[in-house]
Amino acid sequence: MSFLRQFLENTGFLFSLLFKAFTRLDVIPRRRRMIAYHMYNGGVGVLHVVILVGLFMGMIVALQTGIELSRIGQQDQIGIIVAISMAREMGPFITATILSATVGSAIAAEIGTMAVSEELAALEVMSIDRVRYLVVPRLVALAVMCPILTIICDTIGIFGGGFVASSQLHVGYQLYMDSALDALLPTSELIGIPKDVYAGLLKSFVFGVIIAGISCAQGLRATGGALGVGHATRGAVRDSIIAIIISNYFMTWAMYQA
Amino acid sequence: MQDSTVIRFVDVHKAYSGASVLNGLSLEVRRGRTLGIMGPSGTGKSVTLRHIIGLTRADSGQVLVEDRDVAQLHRKEMRELRRRMGYVFQEGALINWLSVEENVALPLRESTSLSEEDISERVQAKLKLVHIGDTGSKMPSEISGGMKKRVGLARALITDPELILYDEPNAGLDPEIARSINRQIRELSQKLDVTAIVVEHRIDCIRAVADEVIFLDEGRALVHAGSPEEFFESDHPRLLRFFGEAETKDNP
Repeated sequence: MSFLRQFLENTGFLFSLLFKAFTRLDVIPRRRRMIAYHMYNGGVGVLHVVILVGLFMGMIVALQTGIELSRIGQQDQIGIIVAISMAREMGPFITATILSATVGSAIAAEIGTMAVSEELAALEVMSIDRVRYLVVPRLVALAVMCPILTIICDTIGIFGGGFVASSQLHVGYQLYMDSALDALLPTSELIGIPKDVYAGLLKSFVFGVIIAGISCAQGLRATGGALGVGHATRGAVRDSIIAIIISNYFMTWAMYQA
Repeated sequence: MQDSTVIRFVDVHKAYSGASVLNGLSLEVRRGRTLGIMGPSGTGKSVTLRHIIGLTRADSGQVLVEDRDVAQLHRKEMRELRRRMGYVFQEGALINWLSVEENVALPLRESTSLSEEDISERVQAKLKLVHIGDTGSKMPSEISGGMKKRVGLARALITDPELILYDEPNAGLDPEIARSINRQIRELSQKLDVTAIVVEHRIDCIRAVADEVIFLDEGRALVHAGSPEEFFESDHPRLLRFFGEAETKDNP
């Protein structure tokens, strides 16, 4: 019963925080420096991780599918599979997981430390709205950076798959790239962007909002010194990943099934 | 007006998770006076301050600031009230990614439309007032605990408050820096003619800064004395017991 109560309290707090943040977006111009700082931290700061993981994920997908496809002589289809799986699922999911483990945990720890060292109380005493000051800049930064990093992850993954296809599975690099691009292009477009790409980017945007919202909420509710900050950090990563997976299913259903 | 009551607690009760912290606390603070609040740890001293600035709400009873019940104030009224108050936190509570200057300027940048020149001028004046005029560009991690307290004090003073709340201004400081902080609190009270409440369990601090003193025990005012001399001469058995412990703490 206490688990259910805690779950409802946390969920209610998260939705209330996100609602407040979305109604305070007018603060964006004033916080542009802070947003740029968080975009740098949440983008450039984890770029090398996204590139490395994206590259190897593309290589793994190419290798796993390529081995099976080569048994039936269909290895020239590798490009299609890598491109679609990276754009639709792997890119957004991997990027969001990396961001929740690196940036999300840092946000929860940072705000959690502020909570337990009375800095949040100090903001309140100074009549500074913590949502405008702390939450909105982080939310905007992650909502922007998550799709950008996803594009990079998708691209690097497709190149990684091409490397494996040409070096280990004897598929010509040009053939691989042609089939990869063909796989993305024929589907419906939104302002010139293929559906598989914009569907993935829309997911990334939502994931960015989820990570920032959950991490800020965990930090703001931290109590009890260093132990509480650790608890908030762990909770931010755990809850973000769970929320990413669940929301991913429903978004996939809405975009491809419905 | 000099003797009008600024803050009044009327039978205030507060409990956390069933544990009573304030247990029928009643007290008054008059304009321009500095009230020292002493008492053992966990007896509700800091909680008393948090009620005044609206960080905590009483379970029952009233906390009145200038005859207005803090719990009944709307958000806007609370903001207005807080702008007229300064709060000096135990550890300074400085925002760690802002420099000393930026920390002190924060209330002005966020809540006023003053120009950057005006803000900078006022920040420098306040930093000089608390004798740390040359540390403006440093980060909180680069300064000592005593300096953090002074920065916290400068930040509390930046809006020229009429009421300042000090939460253990001597905590964690060596006697020399503690004496210097106490001198500054006294100086500010006299120079700026502000009303102040100082929560502290160090006898030397209360002796140096307070005009009147109350002793909190088990969430209520056990002794209320009109002057520190009267307070420290009291022969109340609970006070004598506390002084014995506190003297040992102050002079180990």
